[in-house]
Amino acid sequence: MEFSLFGQQFSLFPIYLSLKVAGLSTLASLVLGTLVARMLARRRSVCAAVMDSLCTLPMVLPPTVLGYYLILLLGQRGVFGPVLTELGFQFMFSWQGAVVAATVVVFPLIYKSAKTALEQVDANVEKAARTLGASEISIFFSISLPLAARGILSGAMLAFARGMGEFGATLMLAGNIPGKTQTLALAIYDAFQAGNDALAACLVILTSCICAAILVTADYLLGGSR
Amino acid sequence: MIELSVQATLKGRQGAFSLDISFRSSASRLVLFGPSGSGKTLTLQMIAGLIHPQKGRILLDDTVFFDSSRGIDMPTRKRKVGYVFQDYALFPHMTVRQNLAFALHQQEKHAPLMGAFRAVAPAPLTPEQQESVRRMLELLEITHLADRRPSQISGGQKQRVALARALLISPRVLLLDEPFAALDPLLRIRMRKEVSRILNECGVPLVMITHDPEDVDAFADDLAVYANGKILAMEEDFRGRTLFAQDSLSYLTDILNRGGHADRPHGFDDV
Repeated sequence: MEFSLFGQQFSLFPIYLSLKVAGLSTLASLVLGTLVARMLARRRSVCAAVMDSLCTLPMVLPPTVLGYYLILLLGQRGVFGPVLTELGFQFMFSWQGAVVAATVVVFPLIYKSAKTALEQVDANVEKAARTLGASEISIFFSISLPLAARGILSGAMLAFARGMGEFGATLMLAGNIPGKTQTLALAIYDAFQAGNDALAACLVILTSCICAAILVTADYLLGGSR
Repeated sequence: MIELSVQATLKGRQGAFSLDISFRSSASRLVLFGPSGSGKTLTLQMIAGLIHPQKGRILLDDTVFFDSSRGIDMPTRKRKVGYVFQDYALFPHMTVRQNLAFALHQQEKHAPLMGAFRAVAPAPLTPEQQESVRRMLELLEITHLADRRPSQISGGQKQRVALARALLISPRVLLLDEPFAALDPLLRIRMRKEVSRILNECGVPLVMITHDPEDVDAFADDLAVYANGKILAMEEDFRGRTLFAQDSLSYLTDILNRGGHADRPHGFDDV
């Protein structure tokens, strides 16, 4: 699929792939991050503190380091490599790998905001539900989650924006194959390296517009029920 | 009949607070009276199973709620106690009617998988359930508030909703935590009468905690006087007597001497 902007011809694939990777990784992190946040919220043990640090670590580590770890875990000769190959999963140099890399990178953003949001839910309200006979699963879905939803969703919004810009870990795990694993960020780098400044500028403007539009839309949707 | 004998030490931000109490009451209205920070709320939360004592026994009628020697600790949701929190703890994202519906939904019995599904997506109320919500709204005189959210009603109205919600589970006992402390004086007098009327109509036994002597006069069949995590005195058949009478004044002096606020350990805002 070709597209033309300011007289530049370029493929729309990187845009489509970036949206797909950012969307899927945000969804995956939304589920995982919220569940882990629920498990660790209001825990004050040493074990919980260690888990909390581990879950926050991807935010601090350079993405290349994360990519390296992911190769160690998921690569053909990695720890889970043989098992994954057996099951038919291929994360090296595939768009699925890009999703995994982005998921790890954006996970802390959702985990952190979900944990804060869940801890801000009035503990007495949850206790009241318990005295009324509610099970923990019922309390989570009917009370805690709706009351923490705004905080969790604003985390998801940040995660999506971060996923759109993900570069390092994706490059390490999924590579930079045009038409297969080349996302927007990688395409811009490629164009710039190749001296194609006009194409790079086009992609930069396009990326900026898409990200700004997403943020404005999300802000509008989140603010809607205020 | 409620029988309770518990020991617990709780560590706060600064220092520890120890609770060592035991009482037994078969009155239909038991009042736990004492200064703030004397362990009344702790006791109430232990009856509800929200806090676990290190040692002891809690019995309600024939049901063992907690027994450390036999390793029994019934989970809160199975105890069926109607707890009205001091701040009412209404669900802020639900209307009054939805708050009451939530209580009713938790009483439904489902198969395990169905239960998990219903926890996420509750079914609409059955006609019988709707009828009990309607009757409860009427009993508490809050029918006109049914479609409002907790943020849109006054303190006294929130209390009625919290009472209605607690009563809908047909509780074995109603636990009221400082129910009138947050109300203005005139409303307080009115709500005392209202709560008395509602208790008479529902026939639910009451355990109430208060630091207001007037609540004691209005409600206490049995009276337990708290100070510093201990029970200073247990009075049976208190009904008709008053804390303000000459022979009762010694309690108040005693309590003041034995410490309340002054001796309260730091870091305990709500015990």
